Amino acid sequence: MSTSTVPPHVRLANDVAVQFAHRPLEVAAAAVATHMRDFWEPRMTRALLAHVAAGGDALDPVAVRAAQLLGPAAS
Amino acid sequence: MTLLKEPDFGTPAREGAATVELTVDGVPVMVPPGTSVMRAAKHAGVDVPKLCATDSLEAFGSCRLCVVEIDGARGTPASCTTPVAPGMVVRTQTERLGKLRRGVMELYISDHPLDCLTCSANGDCELQDMAGVTGLREVRYGSGVEAGANHMDAPTDTSNPYFDFDASKCIACSRCVRACDEVQGTLALTIEGRGFDSKVAAGAGVSFMESDCVSCGACVQACPTATLQEKSVVQLGMPTRSVVTTCAYCGVGCSFKAELRGDELVRMVPYKDGGANEGHSCVKGRFAFGYASHPDRVLSPMLRESIADPWREVSWEEAIGFTARRLREIQAEHGPGSIGAITSSRTTNEEVYVVQKMVRAVFGNNNVDTCARVCHSPTGYGLKQTFGTSAGTQDFKSVAKADVIMVIGANPTDGHPVFASRMKRRLRQGAKLIVIDPRRIDLVRSPHIEATHHLQLAPGTNVAVVNAMAHVIVTEGLVDRAFVQERCEDVAAWEAFIAGPEHSPEAVEEITGVPAAEVRAAARLYAEAGNGAIYYGLGVTEHSQGSTMVMGMANLAMATGNIGRDGVGINPLRGQNNVQGACDMGSFPHELPGYRHVSDDGARDVYEQLWGTPLLDEPGLRIPNMFDSAIDGSFRALFVQGEDIAQSDPNTQHVHAALAALDLVVVQDLFENETAKFAHVLLPGTSFLEKDGTFTNAERRINRVRPVMAPKTGKQEWQIICEIAQAMGYPMHYDSSAQIMDEIALTTPTFAGVSFAHLDRVGSVQWPCNEASPGGTPIMHQDEFVRGKGRFVETVYVPTRERSTRKFPLILTTGRILSQYNVGAQTRRTANVAWHPEDILELHPHDGEVRGINDGDMVTLSSRVGRTTLRAVLAERMPVGVCYTTFHHPVTGANVITTDNSDWATNCPEYKVTAVQVALSPEQAAVREDLAQQPVATAGD
Repeated sequence: MSTSTVPPHVRLANDVAVQFAHRPLEVAAAAVATHMRDFWEPRMTRALLAHVAAGGDALDPVAVRAAQLLGPAAS
Repeated sequence: MTLLKEPDFGTPAREGAATVELTVDGVPVMVPPGTSVMRAAKHAGVDVPKLCATDSLEAFGSCRLCVVEIDGARGTPASCTTPVAPGMVVRTQTERLGKLRRGVMELYISDHPLDCLTCSANGDCELQDMAGVTGLREVRYGSGVEAGANHMDAPTDTSNPYFDFDASKCIACSRCVRACDEVQGTLALTIEGRGFDSKVAAGAGVSFMESDCVSCGACVQACPTATLQEKSVVQLGMPTRSVVTTCAYCGVGCSFKAELRGDELVRMVPYKDGGANEGHSCVKGRFAFGYASHPDRVLSPMLRESIADPWREVSWEEAIGFTARRLREIQAEHGPGSIGAITSSRTTNEEVYVVQKMVRAVFGNNNVDTCARVCHSPTGYGLKQTFGTSAGTQDFKSVAKADVIMVIGANPTDGHPVFASRMKRRLRQGAKLIVIDPRRIDLVRSPHIEATHHLQLAPGTNVAVVNAMAHVIVTEGLVDRAFVQERCEDVAAWEAFIAGPEHSPEAVEEITGVPAAEVRAAARLYAEAGNGAIYYGLGVTEHSQGSTMVMGMANLAMATGNIGRDGVGINPLRGQNNVQGACDMGSFPHELPGYRHVSDDGARDVYEQLWGTPLLDEPGLRIPNMFDSAIDGSFRALFVQGEDIAQSDPNTQHVHAALAALDLVVVQDLFENETAKFAHVLLPGTSFLEKDGTFTNAERRINRVRPVMAPKTGKQEWQIICEIAQAMGYPMHYDSSAQIMDEIALTTPTFAGVSFAHLDRVGSVQWPCNEASPGGTPIMHQDEFVRGKGRFVETVYVPTRERSTRKFPLILTTGRILSQYNVGAQTRRTANVAWHPEDILELHPHDGEVRGINDGDMVTLSSRVGRTTLRAVLAERMPVGVCYTTFHHPVTGANVITTDNSDWATNCPEYKVTAVQVALSPEQAAVREDLAQQPVATAGD
């Protein structure tokens, strides 16, 4: 089974976020949000938004901010 | 030798304009300087007799059959070794020459069995031909025993599973030896002995099978007699017809003549006019075609309600009707996004195109992905971000112009052997080599080749190394200023980023394990050598930062101006034959054909108008997302085209759980593979010998795949897809696969000029092929990048989360071997198992010693997700702390070990880094214990 107890969308969001972590928060979050919009299937994005709404446990701050940027369009 | 002969000019072509004029037998001809008289004669329409010459090999001048007379020259020089000169007057047919040639032939024939009528090469023997051409009517010395000393009793070496070596028929022309040297570059063969004792030998006192021979078949092809002959020809006889088609193995995409007797394939002969291979081949492409007629082939559709039930053979109508009904029922119950499909890189462009069309137009979603997800999806992402499109920049020929070749995470001599031969030829000519790989692959040191630098990095640190090289280039003033200023963007920000001290070779040495001085020297060599070319494989892409590494390499190439001309570039070595094509055809869930995003209104409109249905503008599920969604219950049905995800994809337990959770699995394949164990419908597929379509190789070359025989299943695979679509209520119909390509050309700008008729006319073409480039595009980004300016990307090194620990102290990396291919479904069903009957684990002798493991012991290999048992081989080429295995055999199931870590951008699995432990297997330990308990035998016992 999966090697991680972290949900796949959270794990992947963190993996994406860390690639942009050297940039200022807003710039990094925008890049992460663009990436998710371009490559993520909507149910993954919805799951991420739900995770953020539930407190965003174990989620990178850049990913949290990216989810907020995606929020209106993805909901 | 080959039955259906292409013209043989005797010696290789020379580059340059045809400026040298001469006359041959009174016929004027103009050829480039350096051309041989023999080749010039052929251009003039004159065949000079020859035996030791063939145009794939440099002139040798040993047989003396090709002697000619030249005005003003003394004697009768060999036309193969004599270069042309302006005003030269050559005569090839005189009484004196005829007498000389007959004398030579008499000597050959006096030591050759005169069994032509029963010889396997009868009708396909150059010695026989030359006897006729020279007018040989008598042999004054007799033949065989009556001629005195001879080689008639020389033994036949039958050790190779595919060809025999009958030394009694050898004329010692050295063509096989030279083919092994010049064409293949293995240098396994030699001429042993002197004078009359001279004979061809595969190493010192060993058989072909025991030698370094890699069974590429170049020697068999070069042999002018029956000395080296395919076993299939000996058994079946000479072929009677020939069809030019494309190999179904790796991404080199070699062209072959399939030679048959009736519908029985006798042999595959590499096609000289094949743009990718130019007459060369490897052991898989030339010999390993037996799987296509293997009794394991599934030839009728099969069905079962539950995967616990036995299979039931059914009609096509029932299989297609069931599939369509169940897909629609599942969508009705769980929503339109609950079903999807996976396309295969082993099927044609046309077959892939109709599957993605079925998903987008009939399923009504974008849940289509391809097996490139688990190999080169980071190439798609990285090259699109930096250059603007997902494709290698060069043709294969380009390597002949490289001054320094950097091979990163690839093992071409095993994975892409025909391209490796081209590369080795250039390296033997003096090009420098940099290898970046944890393993000491064969290319690092092989006959006449030695890497200038082998950066033996720790697995998972590619990005740190490529950044360190870029750091050297920027901080030491090695950037090609004119190129980056004119052709690129985001230059200053990238230079500031990469010049940071954290990227210096010294700063990352502890992480990568590569001495800083080596990194600096390699960076200088790449930047300053002239033409720097990068070739890479899955050792780049199959990492958690695969996409980052692709962009890092693109940065290096742009910074040094190594893009847009012959001899340079960034070149992915694609694993399977149609990886490039499957990606081109819109197999990714976020892209329509031609790499246009699904949110691109203009591109979508083209298909909506043609297909008469609205298309979704949001990305679909990728393969790993499909698995996760299957387990969470939102994804319920999967169509799998020609792919064995249950064996090839990582973390087998996770994949099996996902497949078992699905309500419907439909598998279209040649065999009942591992994935079919979870399937409800098994639709028989067609082999490459039955397909009618195109493959696109790693250099973007579109090649025809021609049907050599009728489909054994009665249907082309695209017809089955169309019938499923129709049964689901969507009118999808094509009269032929050519018509599918016409639709691809109509809707995809980079394919606008492609059609079967055009390919039949020109042989092959490299996309883009359209109004702007009607002849195709061998080299991309020449004047500007596809995206306009090349874009530098800041590539932050982020270590993988997979770390060695006390419990799992070694790092496992996986790959493949020359004789086997991918999950082995094809090659395991051929005689190639003679070389690799099982997956083995290579580890350094030190790692074996500290674990009490001897060479050949059975060991248990375990990771956090699973364990398997396989045989260990102790290998100095492995670095301490790293082990390696292949995934060709389902009984081993190497992917039981690999994890679901993946590339951040594409979800490409991180096959190359898994923390593992290795220990003697319990059975092996018990054997060891038993041996220890036995009394020690002494001489007196």
